[in-house]
Amino acid sequence: MNGEGLDAKLQVRRGESFQLDLSLSIPPGRTVALLGPNAAGKSTTVAALAGLLPLDRGRIALAGVTLDDPEQDVFVVPEARKVGVVFQDYLLFPHLSVIDNVAFGLRSRGVSREESLARAGEWVDRLGLAGLATRKPANLSGGQAQRVALARALVTEPDLLLLDEPLSALDVTTRVELRRTVAEHLDTFSGPRLLITHDPSEAFLLADEIHVIESGVVTQAGSADDIRLRPHTPYVADLAGSNLVQGVASDGVVDTGSHHLHIADHTVSGPVLATIRPSAISVHLGEPAGSPRNSWKTEVSLIEHLGERVRLRTGAPLSLTVEITEDATRALDLREGAEMWISIKATEIGIEADSEGAKR
Amino acid sequence: MSRFRPVVVAALLLVLAACGDSSEETTAGETTTTASASSGLEGDLLVSAAASLTDAFAEVESAFEAANPGVDVLLNLAGSSVLREQILEGAPADVFASANNFNMDQVVEAGEVDGDPEIFVRNLLQIAVPSGNPAGVTGLDDFANVDLLIGLCAEDVPCGDFGRTALENAGVTPAIDTNEPDVRALLTKIEAGELDAGITYVTDVLSTNGAVEGVDIPEEFNVIADYPIATLVNAPNPDAAPAFAAFVLSAEGQAILNSYGFSSP
Amino acid sequence: MTTQGLGGRRRRRRPPAVLIILGVLGLAVFVVPFLGLLARTPWTDLPALLSGDVVADALRLSLVTSLAATAIAAVVGVPLAWLMARVEFPGRALVQGLVTLPLVLPPVVGGAALLFALGRRGLIGEPLNQATGLLLPFSTWGVVVANTFVAMPFLVITVEGALRNLDRRYEGAAATLGAGRWTVLRRVTLPMIRPSLIAGLVLTWARAFGEFGATITFAGNLQGRTQTLPLAVFVALESDRDVAVAISLVMVVVSLAVLVALRERWWKVL
Repeated sequence: MNGEGLDAKLQVRRGESFQLDLSLSIPPGRTVALLGPNAAGKSTTVAALAGLLPLDRGRIALAGVTLDDPEQDVFVVPEARKVGVVFQDYLLFPHLSVIDNVAFGLRSRGVSREESLARAGEWVDRLGLAGLATRKPANLSGGQAQRVALARALVTEPDLLLLDEPLSALDVTTRVELRRTVAEHLDTFSGPRLLITHDPSEAFLLADEIHVIESGVVTQAGSADDIRLRPHTPYVADLAGSNLVQGVASDGVVDTGSHHLHIADHTVSGPVLATIRPSAISVHLGEPAGSPRNSWKTEVSLIEHLGERVRLRTGAPLSLTVEITEDATRALDLREGAEMWISIKATEIGIEADSEGAKR
Repeated sequence: MSRFRPVVVAALLLVLAACGDSSEETTAGETTTTASASSGLEGDLLVSAAASLTDAFAEVESAFEAANPGVDVLLNLAGSSVLREQILEGAPADVFASANNFNMDQVVEAGEVDGDPEIFVRNLLQIAVPSGNPAGVTGLDDFANVDLLIGLCAEDVPCGDFGRTALENAGVTPAIDTNEPDVRALLTKIEAGELDAGITYVTDVLSTNGAVEGVDIPEEFNVIADYPIATLVNAPNPDAAPAFAAFVLSAEGQAILNSYGFSSP
Repeated sequence: MTTQGLGGRRRRRRPPAVLIILGVLGLAVFVVPFLGLLARTPWTDLPALLSGDVVADALRLSLVTSLAATAIAAVVGVPLAWLMARVEFPGRALVQGLVTLPLVLPPVVGGAALLFALGRRGLIGEPLNQATGLLLPFSTWGVVVANTFVAMPFLVITVEGALRNLDRRYEGAAATLGAGRWTVLRRVTLPMIRPSLIAGLVLTWARAFGEFGATITFAGNLQGRTQTLPLAVFVALESDRDVAVAISLVMVVVSLAVLVALRERWWKVL
């Protein structure tokens, strides 16, 4: 058991047929993502850890303190736990201003009004919300509200930071902007952090470790690469579908730092995220003839056989996950270290503007 | 269309038959009293009568309807002042029986009365106490006792007006706890034991069949209430209205009223 | 269907004619009796009619008892509404029916029931009176009790509805931020139902202010002690119509003033 982090074994029954059964162990300073589809049990996990739902069996210990242990008849009420939650819909109190929302946790714990407002004010500034302190939540944009929710959770200096789908309520552009903010504050938070999401990019970008949850149980846990290269279930395989590459676009070319990719969109410019499905990358022994603008020579750095499908990872100049059939692998005699040519059609590369990318 | 015709005709026949019955009371060969052998009176008869006449007039209604089967008497019972207001505001009524002259005079002055009102009964006041007289009330002097719960009719209701006169006659300043809007409300509270004493009519006390007891008021203090009755000028049923008034004044009517404690004028 | 406008520009469309006609009829239901009252008002005699202490006493009693009833309704009604909305106790359906009962019963029947329960010979009234000498009928407190009985359902029903419709997740969020149950109630739940709470209180006050049947049956009618404005009107109707109309006018003016003034507040909150 970790002295300071989160150590939880959760078994919760909801309704007739749903049973949550998972173990989580998160040391301080580490971010774990719980990644899964809707109704997988993510909200149940949040509720159980926050104390809004008691466990049926199992145990939750945080920072050395047991929060929930049905067998020992221990249950710490939510208000006595130090779990900071950023909720999916933020749940900012509509009748309180931004500063009062942020100060709420401190005031509830008995901190004086002056001190609460002062500390809340610091966090408001830290999250770039200065000037919005007296606004009501109804007058905030999605991105602003999300930052208020984050400040509200962080100001109380919790022992565990729980982010329940923090970005899913935002539109795509804002989401990309806020991802940076969230990443920054996750890094500066010293305790354990649990990120709940259904978006694989979010998990890959923000977490150190990913636990994939389906129907109440974890089907796979590991690093981003583990998930991508060695999927244990079809869902995971689909999740890890795409490659994500950062770069700077200009006139139809994305500079990834180590390589140039030709893309179909000539209008986008600036930092971007490029996505390429592994099955959209074709493998050749020699330089391919024909149209693909993107083709280069590389080598196989990793190879995984998964029955009929094979996943391999390319080496320099650009590391990508490629998926081909077992037959093709044999035909091309591919193994670790083997040389090959890969090609990608410009139209198969998805582009997304990434405004925070330059700072990464 | 032609499919419905037999149904329509049958319905019409039924309606006519029903209407017909109410006006052909003699064809069935019923025995009728001599007083109404020629009774062709029919229709509704609206009688506005003071609340204190409730029980007595209920029997009068039955008797009158028995003698005049074509007539349906509808009793509108309330405080005389409420009835007065209704008549003055144009509410339909055939006969007005008031518990005092004041209200009848107002109606006469407004020109609503046909002919002259006639006094048909008299009523005397009596102290009303709950069964068993728990507070031991013996006379009007007890009404000055602050510790007792005393109720009177509101000043503008005849029994309230007369009650206060009686108290004045006796030289008593009453410690009133409530002014009830009408006699029935006052009686109900006395009956329930929520009030220790009140002043109502003799007839009212009698009407409770022992649930409320009476304590007599000495003659020199008591007030005699004259009850006038009159037919109204705008009576919807001008034929039956005077017949009703006449019935009330007749020997039969008086006998009924006497049995309830009213005295004949 | 487009409307004709200057240069063919589409103007804002008027509401459908049927709705306007029916709506105006609906408005007439409220306005016509009020106009009748205004037509009958003896305007020149008004100051004289209103100067007696009958009116002053009645107004004072009406205001004091209606406000007291509203306060009592708030103190015990809000907790009741909370229990009804949040706790699954046995017999909850029956309680919901009981709470609605004063709305359905004729007020006089309500007054009679109060008498049977709290009167001098009442179920609870008798032992209470014998033990403490306390007597509610024919007293000003009796008026407050009668008013509370008929008006409290408005508050309970409004608040219960609001609590049911409240998104409970906010209370969960407050708990994770360290707020105990009392703090959640005080700083999150009640503020979030504030518009409904205010609406409920205003309706309760209005009902208490206009109460007649239960008051006259339970508390009786005595100037200065139990004769509220509605009772004064009723009594005045028996002798002097002008006085009755004058007092009615006072009631209408006071009620309208309060209701209109508070309505503005409602919207500001929202």
